[in-house]
Amino acid sequence: MKQLLILSGKGGTGKTTIASAFIKLSSARVYADCDVDAPNLHLIMNQASVPKKSGYYGMPKAHIDLNSCVHCDLCRQSCRFDAIQADIDYKVDYYACEGCGVCQAVCPAGAVSLKSALAGELMLYVNGSVFSTAELKMGSGNSGMLVTEVKKQMKSAAKDAGLSIIDGSPGIGCPVIASISGVDMVLIVAEPSISGISDMERIIKTAERFHTRIAICINKYDTNLENTKRIESFCEKFYLPCAGRIPYDSDAIVAINKGQSIVEMDCEAGRAAKAVFDKTIKLLFDASLAL
Amino acid sequence: MKIAVLSGKGGTGKTFVSVNLAAAAKESTYIDCDVEEPNGRLFFKPQNIKSENVSVKIPFADQKLCTGCRKCIDFCKFNALAFIINKVIVFNDVCHSCGGCVLFCPEKALSEKDKIIGEVQSGVSENVGVITGILNTGESSGVPIIKKLLNDNPAGKGFTFIDCPPGSACIVMESIKDADYCILVAEPTLFGVHNLNMVYELVRLFKRPHAVVLNKCLEGENPAEEFCREKDIKILGKIPFDSELGILNSNALISVRENQKYRDMFSSMLQIVAKEVLHETVANS
Repeated sequence: MKQLLILSGKGGTGKTTIASAFIKLSSARVYADCDVDAPNLHLIMNQASVPKKSGYYGMPKAHIDLNSCVHCDLCRQSCRFDAIQADIDYKVDYYACEGCGVCQAVCPAGAVSLKSALAGELMLYVNGSVFSTAELKMGSGNSGMLVTEVKKQMKSAAKDAGLSIIDGSPGIGCPVIASISGVDMVLIVAEPSISGISDMERIIKTAERFHTRIAICINKYDTNLENTKRIESFCEKFYLPCAGRIPYDSDAIVAINKGQSIVEMDCEAGRAAKAVFDKTIKLLFDASLAL
Repeated sequence: MKIAVLSGKGGTGKTFVSVNLAAAAKESTYIDCDVEEPNGRLFFKPQNIKSENVSVKIPFADQKLCTGCRKCIDFCKFNALAFIINKVIVFNDVCHSCGGCVLFCPEKALSEKDKIIGEVQSGVSENVGVITGILNTGESSGVPIIKKLLNDNPAGKGFTFIDCPPGSACIVMESIKDADYCILVAEPTLFGVHNLNMVYELVRLFKRPHAVVLNKCLEGENPAEEFCREKDIKILGKIPFDSELGILNSNALISVRENQKYRDMFSSMLQIVAKEVLHETVANS
């Protein structure tokens, strides 16, 4: 199964819009949303079925038994994450605790234990197609681990599929790194702004560390033609294939707000997305076109 | 007073709003906590930049002292250590720098060294002190940089604006922890509303006073505005979708410094924020 991951660095350039269009256009029936911090793909991939839900437990959290605590302060002093607060009693800040277990190991009274903690929820829709998604609990860490679980869940439920499409998260940090590992190609949705270009360069550098193939497409290209040309010459200079341009189209917002992908509506952005899709699929399945 | 600007969804205009509010203030500080994609500096183009590296502690082993007891490996909850061909190997990328392995090595064979994960740059752009956290590419967590940004820059006399990362995970929480006020930036789409709801719950969880700025407003219905009405959330201002603003912003120009019309818009927003923060402080004291 070929895995295509959609990333962008900068948020709001159109990852989910492109991913949902690609899912509609492809005959592949396997997809996932790895933006566990702010998942949105489910909003336009209307699911008739009820998902199979399972709790996601990240790292355990420390818990102090106040009856045994001797107020020696060792746990607080040893914690690198400032997760232990000492007021009248010693208390763990669950949001700061990373579950490393140092406090438990230094406590002379055996008052600290590590307890598993719910950090999010995984959802799997299987209804002809396979859709794996998740939502991280607010303020939780370990989003990279949850991303890995989303991909695992997708792979284990998908049989003999030729293609899977994965919607990624913005940024370059742990959830993004976790989403890149093992995919066949990353499609970067760039936006013709100075911020967008800076973020695109940072996500390219990140993806290159994993030796993953990269292609670029430019969304809302007509909002700044000068910057669009800048992105295209950047791609040329670094031998990155450009999969095409998609214009700004207010119809795209209309489609999304109806809970539809842009290719379900007869609009300019939808037609351009189709062309980008065709080129991306060619690049993905024909390795000789990679460079 | 510290004002955090956040949004849940990326690309709704956090940087646009925080940069322009900071520029509209008489004297202010702008702190970019979106360390994975720090873009405020592209607008401010700060001068007299001082940079300081940010590092975390990573263990390394003195193989001569190591007896291969594997206590460190058993202890590490992150599987950052392994014993391969009679040697302790550290996987720097997965290490959380908790220091446990060093603390519990009976032979004192482990010590720590600094690993640089990014930097903090400070500079000045006219009336604004610009402080930027930058995570190196390939590093997984920017939290230590955000902690440094916020610890080293306590709220001063004027406004301090904190440009937050997207999402609602630990990294965002870290950014809003000490904020006096939170501004949520929302765009008028189904996605925008869904993610606005997430950060709305986050600011409520942390009991932070908050209000919404509606960005990229188009003619017709605005799902984000409806959401605010339903939940009775204060709307600080509505910024229209405007191609002039779009061009200024995509060229990394600061709108309030380019056009009086935008200066007026952000100045009036700033006045409402100041009043609100004052009101909150009085209410809570």
